[in-house]
Amino acid sequence: MTQHLSEFIRLENIVLSQRVETAAEVITLLADKLLTGGFVRPGFAQAVRAREQDMPTGLPLSDDFAVAVPHTDPEHVVHPAIALATLAHPVAFGSMDDPDMFVPVHVVFLLALQDKDAQIGVLQAIGEVLQDEARARLLWQAETPQQALALLP
Amino acid sequence: MTEPKKVLVACGTGVATSTVVAQAVQAAMKDRGIAIVTRQCKASEVPSQIGDVDLVISTTPLPKDLPRPAIVTLAFLTGIGKDRELEKITEILSR
Repeated sequence: MTQHLSEFIRLENIVLSQRVETAAEVITLLADKLLTGGFVRPGFAQAVRAREQDMPTGLPLSDDFAVAVPHTDPEHVVHPAIALATLAHPVAFGSMDDPDMFVPVHVVFLLALQDKDAQIGVLQAIGEVLQDEARARLLWQAETPQQALALLP
Repeated sequence: MTEPKKVLVACGTGVATSTVVAQAVQAAMKDRGIAIVTRQCKASEVPSQIGDVDLVISTTPLPKDLPRPAIVTLAFLTGIGKDRELEKITEILSR
């Protein structure tokens, strides 16, 4: 049931080596791309930032490397899509299992999905990348959107 | 045949993440010859759902002082510490 992430990630929604200081900043940057592309409604960015505060999505792979999968409810989504950012230097996201703990996020997948099956398939596909830290680090180091896409299931 | 153990799997909204975890735990337990049935809910719903379960597994924090064994772990998403968590789960479900 694993989905191909390339079904959802367009090259124009991949940004590499972004310089941002906060989780909110990278969420806003990616959400603006999805809004411009017509994938989400105007309230999407705010809804994702609010959910991230309450139920953070940082997933640590080691002490110094983490990935985040911010998302929100399907009502904010027009067409399913994923935006991807790699960060020039890590920013702090709360850890999913402990919101009081902050983890250094290097790669962000902003998920704008609708149906449950797509959400599950996408999470499984992202899990495949996470469970291979070397691959996740290569993704972080990708120099072109095409390279990044080629590393994804 | 003994009755399958009941595992409650929780995440923030009880939809997608908990399904991914439930499927991974089910597969791993099957490999170990332990039959389980899983049910999903929001982490905040665990206290009202916990009555008949043998174990709770959650990816997000759980309310304190639950009357059943509970494990909060990201291992079934990230793979980190998965073998250790599977040992714990096996031990709890073999009681």
